[in-house]
Amino acid sequence: MTAADIALILTAMLGGAMRVSTPFIFVALGETLTEKSGRINLGLEGTLVLGAMIGYAISYQTGSPWLGVLAAGCSGMLLGLIHGVICSLPRVNDIAVGISMMSLGTGLAFFFGKPYIQPSAPRLQSLEFGGWASNPAIKSALEINPLFIVGIVTAFIMWWGLANTKLGLILRMTGDSEPAARAMGINPIKVRVVATVLGGFLAGVGGAFLSLSYPGSWNEGLSSGQGLMAVALVIFARWNPLRCIVAALLFGAAGAIGPALQSVGISQGYYFFNAAPYILTLIIMISTARSTTAAREAPGELSIIK
Amino acid sequence: MNTGARAFSLETVGMSKTFGQLVALEDVSISVKPGEFHALLGENGAGKSTLVKCIMGFYQPTRGHLIVDGQEKQIKSPADARDSGIGMVYQHFTLVPCLTAAENMVISRGDAPSIIDWTKEKKALATFMDRMPFQVPLNIPVSGLAAGEKQKLEILKQLYLDQRFLILDEPTSVLTPGEADEILGLVHTMAQKGEISVLMITHKFREVKAFADSVTVLRRGKLTGTGKVSDLSTDQMSHMMIGETQLRKSDSRKGDVKPKSRIELIGLFVDDNQGLPAVEAVDLKINGGEVLGIAGVSGNGQTELLEALAGQRPLKDGRIFVNGKPFEASRKDYDAFKVFGLPEEPLKNAAVKRMSVAENLAFRTFDKPPVTSIGWWLKPPKMREKAIDLIAQFRVKTPSPETPIENLSGGNVQRTILARELSGDVEVLIVANPCFGLDFASVAEIRAQIIHQRNSGAAILLISEDLDEILELSDRVAVMSEGQINYVVASAEADRNTIGKHMAGH
Repeated sequence: MTAADIALILTAMLGGAMRVSTPFIFVALGETLTEKSGRINLGLEGTLVLGAMIGYAISYQTGSPWLGVLAAGCSGMLLGLIHGVICSLPRVNDIAVGISMMSLGTGLAFFFGKPYIQPSAPRLQSLEFGGWASNPAIKSALEINPLFIVGIVTAFIMWWGLANTKLGLILRMTGDSEPAARAMGINPIKVRVVATVLGGFLAGVGGAFLSLSYPGSWNEGLSSGQGLMAVALVIFARWNPLRCIVAALLFGAAGAIGPALQSVGISQGYYFFNAAPYILTLIIMISTARSTTAAREAPGELSIIK
Repeated sequence: MNTGARAFSLETVGMSKTFGQLVALEDVSISVKPGEFHALLGENGAGKSTLVKCIMGFYQPTRGHLIVDGQEKQIKSPADARDSGIGMVYQHFTLVPCLTAAENMVISRGDAPSIIDWTKEKKALATFMDRMPFQVPLNIPVSGLAAGEKQKLEILKQLYLDQRFLILDEPTSVLTPGEADEILGLVHTMAQKGEISVLMITHKFREVKAFADSVTVLRRGKLTGTGKVSDLSTDQMSHMMIGETQLRKSDSRKGDVKPKSRIELIGLFVDDNQGLPAVEAVDLKINGGEVLGIAGVSGNGQTELLEALAGQRPLKDGRIFVNGKPFEASRKDYDAFKVFGLPEEPLKNAAVKRMSVAENLAFRTFDKPPVTSIGWWLKPPKMREKAIDLIAQFRVKTPSPETPIENLSGGNVQRTILARELSGDVEVLIVANPCFGLDFASVAEIRAQIIHQRNSGAAILLISEDLDEILELSDRVAVMSEGQINYVVASAEADRNTIGKHMAGH
């Protein structure tokens, strides 16, 4: 392997990381928002898949991929609303509801998505930042999807908003101490439902990225558990939106190892490298389970903590 | 945040509150004058919280009304109370642990702006704090503050909100005596200056005597007395509080007890849930016929130490010896060495809620004859027989031995556990906050049982957050602070102030 090869692999990994990480960023930000309010929505995997299908279908029907993204977000809001309302009933466990919402989301997507597997819908156009480069590998690595940029901007807005706005403080308060929120006349259920709905929107948008940009088509094997891994990622990012980006890029880079190696002609262990994100998830879960900092920064009202 | 606001008066007139059949409050009229420090005294369940919740708008009184600053006022919700200038400092902190003190104060304001300009807010907070008699760090998360600082912050928050009538609900339960005196002293001074009026819920006579101007006593939802503190003796107040109930007298402490056993803790280290050291290098030796009391503010490692002794938490390092032989917190060793325990919150730590009283009573004996034969065959009738015996002997009030233990009152749950743990031959007894939340009669019963066991020669370790309880029951007092025992003294030579200083870690 030459130095040029290694440079090529790294460029491919960078480009791959940005592509693969985008759905992670959206789902993780959505989950962060929900968990900051004191609830866990494990159903975001279902939201992601339904978002992918709805986004693709609407883009095909209307010819506008951005309308598809919006529709995907709205489908996520609907699933979020169902989750939020059911969890507000007394003695309902949010983990169990999340798991059933996961099945509901994928089930709906498969049921309504059958007619859209064949047709080709308009995709989101990437922005070409690599026009100056002569090397085609660099050129393709620097094709950045606008949704990636939207995700980064959203993360910064969330990070700023959690510290500097009334809504941000109310959200953190509800997630950390329900009695305190109640004593102030805040209705924790309302805050949580809204947070779950908004979190669902973000996850739905993440799903649209899967079908409208990368890999860029709708089929039933589209998501490979990104929605679930994003939950692990939120714990790793310790509920901080900016750390969510870093963690998502890390997952993305791990997911890009296999294709990057293949691009320089190394196909040995391709499937093994494709499993890298799952192995990373396991390692992260084990190491953060032992971390005392993570335990201290977790919102106090989460059902798995109490 | 204007400085011109002054204290105002508050009266309840004939206030009553019923919940279905239960009369929680009956015709209670109290009057707090402007700038007065008024104590509301009573046992658990006497109606103190109900009265305060009616004032705060959590409940609507069934009858009676409220007069605020000379005018009749309807308070329909806590938000109404806030707008009328009535603020409450709750027994359990209502601060949000992950927010800083500054964030907690700003968000508690009803009119906090949508986008918070922190430069401006911090300046305003600094000006406000300059006028305050006590300070807390504003820019670290509240979870990093000590209990005393949190209590101060709760009070500061109410003043920041410009609440001039403060209701304090048992404000000193998590403080060292030193912190308690400091905070109540400062509140008292502010009241004297006419800046605030105070209504404090308490059951500690000492605090009433030292800081309150006047007092109202409730018993079973009724007003049993009111007046100036200077006109009332502790005996009179205590009579108003508990009425004619006959309390069981403790046996007097015997001087020359023949020790049955001794327990030694050597170099114990225990971690808390987050893996941080909670108990560090604790060495203690307790002889038979002795009560050793561990005093300390809650959260200084007492719970972890107790859980380690009860087998609920692993020891990180150190050994335990009973009568010179190594002891492990296992069922086998509890039996062999006759070690028994009364943990805090017995319903949670010493009982299985949905199992019957009889079954709960059998936890120590269900695997031994006569309840079992051939080692594993249980005989429920024998279990029931024994339960009926114990229920009578310890005067547990239960509809039947088959009633689930969770249906019993707190005092009767504690009696059930006492019956299970103390009916046999006890050599070592480990007790934690045994009287927390119980009425006077149960408290007297439990204390009498502890002294009885001491006089029969058992070695007793008592962990309690109530310093008065420790001083009453112990032969020696040890003080625990930040996981370490930093002071040991014979009760006869013990001095509240010195103990208080060590509780604060000095």
